Amino acid sequence: MTSLRVEATGGLVLVQDLGRPGHAHLGVAPSGALDRGALALANRLVGNPDGVAGLEVVLGGLRFAPDRDLWFSVTGAWGSVRVAGREVGPYRAARVRAGESVEIGTAERGLRYLVAVRGGIDEPVVLGSRSRDTLAGIGPEPVGAGRVLAVGREPAASVPLLDDDAAYPPPVGSVTLGLLPGPRADWVTDAALAALHESRWRVSASADRVGARLEGPSLERRVPGELVSEPTVAGSIQVTGAGVPTVLLADRPVTGGYPVVAIVEPGSLDLLAQVRPGQEVRFRHA
Amino acid sequence: MSRPEPRLLPSGRSAILVECDGLDDVLALHDALSADPPDGVVELVPAARTLLVAVDPDRFPLESAASWIRRAVRDALPAVAPATGETPSDDLVIEVDYRGEDLADLADHLGVSPGDLVARHVATRWRVAFIGFAPGFGYLVADDWPFDVPRLDVARTRVPPGAVGLAGAFSGAYPRESPGGWRLIGRTDAALWDPHADPPALLVPGRVVRFREARA
Repeated sequence: MTSLRVEATGGLVLVQDLGRPGHAHLGVAPSGALDRGALALANRLVGNPDGVAGLEVVLGGLRFAPDRDLWFSVTGAWGSVRVAGREVGPYRAARVRAGESVEIGTAERGLRYLVAVRGGIDEPVVLGSRSRDTLAGIGPEPVGAGRVLAVGREPAASVPLLDDDAAYPPPVGSVTLGLLPGPRADWVTDAALAALHESRWRVSASADRVGARLEGPSLERRVPGELVSEPTVAGSIQVTGAGVPTVLLADRPVTGGYPVVAIVEPGSLDLLAQVRPGQEVRFRHA
Repeated sequence: MSRPEPRLLPSGRSAILVECDGLDDVLALHDALSADPPDGVVELVPAARTLLVAVDPDRFPLESAASWIRRAVRDALPAVAPATGETPSDDLVIEVDYRGEDLADLADHLGVSPGDLVARHVATRWRVAFIGFAPGFGYLVADDWPFDVPRLDVARTRVPPGAVGLAGAFSGAYPRESPGGWRLIGRTDAALWDPHADPPALLVPGRVVRFREARA
């Protein structure tokens, strides 16, 4: 059985697949890769099914070495990818020989790399998924230096040859996300709803897999106080009593007591996953 | 007597949030919807006043889901008796060692003896209304539970797994070690949370629960 040894990490490294939807009624969030499209693409590049587990790497700094020859790919963020010191680049399948190291540099664009290996990362499945839920502490432990990760069986599909058109590096500058109406839009003033759609926001440095706080104008609440906690969906924008919006992400608490005034459309969540702290975000009606 | 119709609130491309008049309506609607969900219903997530209906819109479009919910509302929520929790499942019995840290103070606050509070907790037929706060943390309710219990002013930073507590009109038990502000009246060895079990939570919405005093 192939395995790979993690030699060094920089930012947080987590095992992620497409998550464990359908457990919210038991208090368990879906979790899963924040940039789901990037994970699916990374998997396709090495012939895996879309939802096979890979590694989600914040900002870079990961170095790993397999004990047998191994196909891998890196998508999501854009930056240097080296095999034994040779640049092979992101967004394509590449092969690393047994004992050689793969080194992922600091991202030049975007925030989260998705690393797929042919056969997938074969960590134990919890509630139908290999995803690490950072809030609930479910799934494979965060990956540190020295960790040995098993690689799953080779898939039936071969490594596809045509991968040159697969590169969609994350945008720099302002990123525009689609917004859908939320269940509690009437808990903020009309002016606040307009401000949400028309202002320039910045993603807070505290953003993580649970949620991304947005820095910008205060959104005036029409109704003060908190709700009795109610279930939330991915992308829900809740507004605190002080008028601060936060986008709830994959590892969110499954219920929340702040009103959800709008929802980032599913198709925009992958983009949001790549927005760096301080980068500008704007919204449009989805 | 008429009461407000549940409201269907938008919650993205694959879910509808149903706002009910109160927990009884949520329970009744949850029972009705979970009896025979159509293909394409991904999940029903009850909460204290709301119920999230999550669907796969390719298999069950939101418009169809809205009709299905409205029909269930008409059938399940005539202005009659609230949900009684008479689901066919057997009562789950959870053994509790009632030597919780807050038992004496809380009983004093409620104007009863610790023994009376325990007896009342044991005599009550509870129902898991919804899961909140943490994986597997069931909020238990009962029609005839008379007490309204204030949360601790300052939450504990560490509550041990299995701690049985009270807060507001609810009872519950901590599945894993966590911070917590509930008043602790006892402790159980029951396997409240096992991610490798199916289901992983012992206390699933709709389950009827009775507590029994464990003898040391």
